[in-house]
Amino acid sequence: MTRSAFRYIRRNPSMAVGITLLTVLALFVIVGNLLVDTEDARPLSAPTLRPPSQEYPFGTDRQGRDLLAVMVAGTPLTLRIGFVAGFLGVGIGTVLAFVGAFYRGLIDTIIRGIADIGLTVPGLLVLIIIAVSIKGTLTVNQMAIVVASLAWLYPTRTIRAQVLSLRERGYVEVARLSGMSGPSIIFFELMPNLLPYLAATLVSSVSAAILASIGLEVLGLGPIDAPTLGMTLYWVNFNAAMINGWWWWWTAPTVIILTVFLGLFFLTVGLDEIANPRLRRSA
Amino acid sequence: MQAAYVARRFGIFLLIVWLAATLNFFLPRLSGQDPVRTKLLQQAALGGYVQGGIEEMTREYERRFGLDRPLWRQYLTYLQDVSRLDFNYSIANYPRTVRELIADSLPWTIGLLGTTTLLSFGIGTLLGALLAWPRAPRWMAWLMPPLWALHAIPFFLLGLILTYLLAFQAPLLPIFGGYSAGVTPALRWSFVWDVFQHALLPALSIILVATGGWALGMRGMMVTTMGEDYVLFAEAKGLRAPTVFMRYCVRNAILPQVTALALALGQILSGAVLVEVIFGYPGIGTLLYQAIRESDHFVIQGIVFTVIVALGFTTFVLDVIYPWLDPRISYRRA
Repeated sequence: MTRSAFRYIRRNPSMAVGITLLTVLALFVIVGNLLVDTEDARPLSAPTLRPPSQEYPFGTDRQGRDLLAVMVAGTPLTLRIGFVAGFLGVGIGTVLAFVGAFYRGLIDTIIRGIADIGLTVPGLLVLIIIAVSIKGTLTVNQMAIVVASLAWLYPTRTIRAQVLSLRERGYVEVARLSGMSGPSIIFFELMPNLLPYLAATLVSSVSAAILASIGLEVLGLGPIDAPTLGMTLYWVNFNAAMINGWWWWWTAPTVIILTVFLGLFFLTVGLDEIANPRLRRSA
Repeated sequence: MQAAYVARRFGIFLLIVWLAATLNFFLPRLSGQDPVRTKLLQQAALGGYVQGGIEEMTREYERRFGLDRPLWRQYLTYLQDVSRLDFNYSIANYPRTVRELIADSLPWTIGLLGTTTLLSFGIGTLLGALLAWPRAPRWMAWLMPPLWALHAIPFFLLGLILTYLLAFQAPLLPIFGGYSAGVTPALRWSFVWDVFQHALLPALSIILVATGGWALGMRGMMVTTMGEDYVLFAEAKGLRAPTVFMRYCVRNAILPQVTALALALGQILSGAVLVEVIFGYPGIGTLLYQAIRESDHFVIQGIVFTVIVALGFTTFVLDVIYPWLDPRISYRRA
């Protein structure tokens, strides 16, 4: 089993790249948590504005946070926002897509209309209005829910299209004729065939959710006292670290965010190839 | 038939406008307390520190949206204001109105975004088409991995990296703003050149990322199109390769790209907002960032509404043009 998995990954280089990048990231967080005291991610726990040194490998920022500790503590927070919002989005999206595409009729028209219209609206701006309307500063979990409030639009649309094409297949017809009920057709006939596709959608949704959350945070609408990657970039921008030449301050979060996005992207491409074998010919 | 199609699309556009206004009105009130009122009362209580206008604004706001008036009356008043593009005064920049502030910064954003979107769409589509074309030069295959990698990066992150490389390490380009400090905007060549230089870095960070996406999409469509029988037929007829490429393959493969453009505009704009913030570019994004920092709710609401309407309108125009690109659609009901 494992051997065949390895052999498969050899033929699917994007998957390999994606998994490698994400594994490196996971190792960084796990090992970091063992070696670094994440309490140092709070302000005033280190001298301010030190470039990378033996004691502070990633340097420290203007408020006296140890940037290595910030990265170790912040990376999982950012990923958590992404995963919670991504799972909620794909979950809601899948349910709506199945209900709409399988039963058609008025429900389908409404679901499709909302998704189509919602997708043309710039999501970040709607999220901004939502975030501004919430009293007080957001927590990390509230942040995830805010992001999830729009994260279901894209999955709904794409999964619905997939279900529409699947429901015309012969085996669904056979199941219907043999008297299977709607829900059991959905669960036992359609779902298993869509799983790889759902996985690919999930990964890209997580990526989109992380992007949205970082966007909100850079604009100053994030959890102010949490050391997430986006909040670190907010402080970078707030303190004009670029113009002041404090390069280490933005290098660490940039590299980690790049790793997250590249890893998730290549994983999506790899999963897409499993979900849609026709892509293999064109590669 | 055509009129019905256009009318239907316009109906959707109006629906978007109405939704945006409704969202703007109800969301802040959902938390039980109107943050706009809270902010205004706070400012008014501060008294001397702020300009006198705040008290006037508070009184005006109370008159229109006061708690003594039923919600539906407040809502109707709001819709009426919005339909006249009256978003009230800016709390932080009184006596300037929100409309003035937006009108000042909108041209910058439209200029930056319009140019970069068209360029990246054009370059990316052509590149993607060539990537799928077997007779394209061999070295083009090497472009794929960097395009993929760039495509996965957020605009503003590339912006940060480019700033460091091209403006900080090697000071080739200006680092910040839309034009040099101390220069008065005027239609002179020197000023145009100055603006161009300042726009280069933000534009580059958008174009490099976006081009990758368009190229990938186009390549996928080209591969499918080139497998069609009519392409084989065209080749068998002995048509010249460029003709087959442009008239048979690209012409057909480009259609989904245009559909994707209508869908991507919102995302591009969301990304560009952050690019502006990173570069301090004097457009809508920077205005929004400042408004958030000063919790200037009128400005935030005004921007969100304006941008959603502007994008809704662009999508509407694209949708109306689309059947002209693809005669098979011919203004039928979708």
